[in-house]
Formats: sequence, C-alpha cells, structure tokens
Amino acid sequence: MNTNQYETVIILTPVLSEQQMKDAVAGYRELITGNGGKLVHEENWGLTKLAYPIQKKGTGFYHLFEFTANPEFIKSFELAFRRDERVLRYLTVKLDRWGVDFNQRKRNGELRTVTPQGEKVVVKKKVVIEEEEL
Amino acid sequence: MSKETNFIFNQTPQVLQKKKYCRFKKHGIRYIDHKDAEFLLKFVNEQGKILPRRITGTSLKYQRKISVAIKRARHLALLPFLADGLK
Repeated sequence: MNTNQYETVIILTPVLSEQQMKDAVAGYRELITGNGGKLVHEENWGLTKLAYPIQKKGTGFYHLFEFTANPEFIKSFELAFRRDERVLRYLTVKLDRWGVDFNQRKRNGELRTVTPQGEKVVVKKKVVIEEEEL
Repeated sequence: MSKETNFIFNQTPQVLQKKKYCRFKKHGIRYIDHKDAEFLLKFVNEQGKILPRRITGTSLKYQRKISVAIKRARHLALLPFLADGLK
C-alpha cells in the first residue's frame, strides 16, 4: 500500500478551554490512527497570536500533526476540518524527502540557527541517495 | 593616447559591489519550512510583499519555493497578507 508523509497544521478557536482544545486534538489524533495512519510527530504551539484576524479572532491554538497515511485518507481528514466549527484554518502538505529529512533533523536539534554572518541557516549535511530512490 | 589617460582608464572602481549569491545553494538547504515565519521575513519587504530575486540574489529554483512557503505561511496567519512596518 502506498503511503505518504504529511504535515498538517490546524488553528483552533481561542474560545475553547484548555480541556476542550485537548479533546478536539485527541479526536483528530484518533482519526489519523483509526484510519491506518501513523503519527510521526506532534506539536502543540499553544495559544498564538494570528498575523491577521480570522473570523474576528486575534489568537488561536496551533497544533501540528506529522503522520504517514494513505492519500485517500487526506480527503476525509480535511472534510472533518471543514465540518468542524472549532477549526479556523488547516493546511495539509505532503512532505517530499527533503521535508521529511528537514523535520527529522529539526526534532533532533541538528539545525544550527544562526551563522557567524547572522543568517539563519540549516547545517549542510551530505545526503546520499540511491539512484532507484530518485 | 598618452600614458596618463591610459592610467585613468585602467583604474579599478573604488567600491566594488559584493557579488550576490543564493544562500540556499551556498549552504545546501533543500527544504524551506513554511512554519518558520521568522526566516521567511527575510524575503519580504516592510509591507509583507515578496522581494524579487534581483534583490535577494536567490536562484530561481529556490525563489519558487520561497514564494510557495510565504503563501502557505500567510494562509496559516503566520505572516500577514498586508502589513505596515513589518520590520
């Protein structure tokens, strides 16, 4: 079965209490795992300020899911977001191999944040890829 | 032509402009994270518009990736669509 690695960020309304927010997230977590998906990573950014108001709200709970799943699953996953009034925004992105690699190194804390020149930069790492993978 | 004029023409300009380079190619970055708003802010002007390649020196391949990343960040309200005095 072909599976891809995806990364989803959702913004939940700030109206929810901490517990309600956790319940909503837990619901989506189950949706992923219950449909043959596998969670790779999860991140909760907490209540974060939005760059511009969405539905007259200035803040939102950000939550990040990184998971592997069937391409067919994404359709139903996003449909659930569209039906859910608690979700202000969502974005699902399919990760290419560089994205998977980047996120893994970010989690391991292998990314250097600032170079001597003051540029934010990723540490160069030799990635050896077999010809068949390409 | 006299030797004197020749000397003047051969002078190198006083201020040599530093050559622009693509920072992604230089540092071997292959993936641009759309969740990192702080980093994307480097490729945006005060109004939140995407800076052209001729200013940042980015290669075409990565300029495309940046523009996609910025648009995704905007959708997630990590970057504004329009702003006043972002920097």
